[in-house]
Amino acid sequence: MSHSPLRVLILGATSGIAEVTARLYAAEGARLVLAGRNAARLQAIAADLRLRGASAVDIAQIDFVRDDARQAWLGLLATHGAFDHVLIAYGVLGDQPTAEQDSAAAESIMAANFTSPAQWSLAVAEDFERRGSGSLVVLGSVAGDRGRRANYVYGAAKAGIAALIEGIAHRFAGKGPRAVVVKPGPTDTPMTAGMKKGGPLWATAEQVAVIVRRAADKGGPVQYAPARWRLVMLIVRLIPSAIFNKMNL
Amino acid sequence: MTGFVDTDQLVSWGRVLRARHDLARPAFLDELPALLHAGAASTGKVLAGGLRRSYGDSCLNADGALIDVSALDRFIAFDPATRLLTAEAGVSLAQVLACAIPRGFFLPVTPGTKFVTLGGAVANDVHGKNHHGAGTFGRWVRALTLLRSDGSHRELTPEDESGLFAATIGGLGLTGVIATVTVELQPISSSHMATETIPFANLGEFFRLARDSDAAHAYSVAWIDCLASGDDLGRGLLTLADHAAEGPLEVAGRQGPSIPFDFPEIALNRYSIAAFNRLYHYAGAAKAGRRVVSYDPYFYPLDAIRNWNRLYGRRGMYQYQSLVPPEAAPEATREMLRTIARAGTGSFLAVLKTFGAVASPGLLSFPREGTTLALDFPNRGPETLALLSRLDAIVREAKGRLYPAKDGRLPPDLFHAGYPAAERFAQHVDPGISSSFWRRMQS
Repeated sequence: MSHSPLRVLILGATSGIAEVTARLYAAEGARLVLAGRNAARLQAIAADLRLRGASAVDIAQIDFVRDDARQAWLGLLATHGAFDHVLIAYGVLGDQPTAEQDSAAAESIMAANFTSPAQWSLAVAEDFERRGSGSLVVLGSVAGDRGRRANYVYGAAKAGIAALIEGIAHRFAGKGPRAVVVKPGPTDTPMTAGMKKGGPLWATAEQVAVIVRRAADKGGPVQYAPARWRLVMLIVRLIPSAIFNKMNL
Repeated sequence: MTGFVDTDQLVSWGRVLRARHDLARPAFLDELPALLHAGAASTGKVLAGGLRRSYGDSCLNADGALIDVSALDRFIAFDPATRLLTAEAGVSLAQVLACAIPRGFFLPVTPGTKFVTLGGAVANDVHGKNHHGAGTFGRWVRALTLLRSDGSHRELTPEDESGLFAATIGGLGLTGVIATVTVELQPISSSHMATETIPFANLGEFFRLARDSDAAHAYSVAWIDCLASGDDLGRGLLTLADHAAEGPLEVAGRQGPSIPFDFPEIALNRYSIAAFNRLYHYAGAAKAGRRVVSYDPYFYPLDAIRNWNRLYGRRGMYQYQSLVPPEAAPEATREMLRTIARAGTGSFLAVLKTFGAVASPGLLSFPREGTTLALDFPNRGPETLALLSRLDAIVREAKGRLYPAKDGRLPPDLFHAGYPAAERFAQHVDPGISSSFWRRMQS
């Protein structure tokens, strides 16, 4: 690329998929701003990305659940200027049984996976629409495509953010900016530490990151990672409840 | 136990040994102390591991805790002026090359695969085709950080007088968890290699050729047709190489095919191995002479085939790597090749190299002056073990040693005979850390 480096903001930059995606941006020579809660971890990632080719890496310490999204976003714009790509990658899996009994636990799953990323998306969308350019990519999940007993609070929040991003993509139509929700299937990242991994359902963070990176440039508003999940989830959604209820998913 | 998952059937590279582990894969250095503490408290034994390219039991900790550091793969700093690269221990040599080559630098020493971590390269004090000049990987380690199970955190350099640095280099991960490594890279002006291949008709010729040409070239290694016998015993090809003076600085990113399943054992038999060896010999002899190739096919021919170890079938394989001192080398090497040719079970790739006199920095470093022979054998059960025992006898007689990273059945008495510093080493072993290999050596 001969033109000036891409300006990229990654929210939740210490997450597994975000960090691998950041390495893809670094290899392109992008200028990155990494936002997250843990400054020491962000610093470690920033040092690494500089050696992997990023033309500049800054960090921003933000608590996405507590801090006001719009104010934090305006603060980032004031400090770093406009962004070409914004990736929203934070989220928590939470514990479904706990969430069913403890409303604070349910609240924190909904806040981290829906309320907060939704507020950020709305703030970013306003700026992108005014400028007539920019790509907003948000991580959803296949868990949002059909509620199931194992993780439906998480799933519901991911369904919500997917609908919101689809809406923003609709609002952007014909105006220049892009909005995409990428829905990974089970992915081998720290978020899923403690689960048995391996087998055909599991993808690596690298496989998902390639799709996340590409989603900022092309493709529809809803993308699955890996792509085969689109068909799998279509089938899952079509299973009649009478049968679905008997399945141990 | 927080952070660990019960994982059955974890396998080392030879695919002979499988074991159950409590496995953790931390994403950040700051997670290590708690994992080390939890693992040591609950199972009494923890081991840190990387990409599990060790063939035997040195990278396994059966029924214990294993901390997989391969996600601790961040670069920390690089200074072209001092050539010092500091990185987390899980960074692979492939990642180091991707970072270093465009800047005009290369690994100071590299083994035959780039899919090992910096931590693993330190813990096994790996060597390469440039041993006669550069020595081992550990000689280029300028600093490392080690976490001990008592919660302490040591910054070690080659000047360390406690002996812990020397114990950690080649220390099979037993002295603590290696968290970061600082290594001095070597400058290159091209990522290409200028190579020269010279066929030799027998072992005597190899020793003469190696003696006369090694000093003039950075890299030297020989491939031997180990099924040739009689007058042809020890025939092979010597490849000499240097970093090319001119050419691009290009990272070779090619990822070849993968072996998706275990090959049927019938695929590797004495006839197919003999045919492969004959073909390799004549193809090599036909290509003898000077060529310029990318560093990747030169250093890492097997990396082009992912999971190549599955070629050896479900029962896996043994790799056997010996080192015999210079005075005993010609006779012991001849005797080993004779024994293998007689057994007829053959080795796909037999690799022969003369190690130089450069001292190794680790108490348990494998390399020292002499001749090293590396062999692969498909696992045929008792028949293979009997052959390896016959080879052990030759190594023992020659006052040689075996490489712990390799076969996973190295007899304890041969280990102690080959590594006289093992007792001194044992004083530095972290009481919370252990491995299947180490427990076997104590029995």
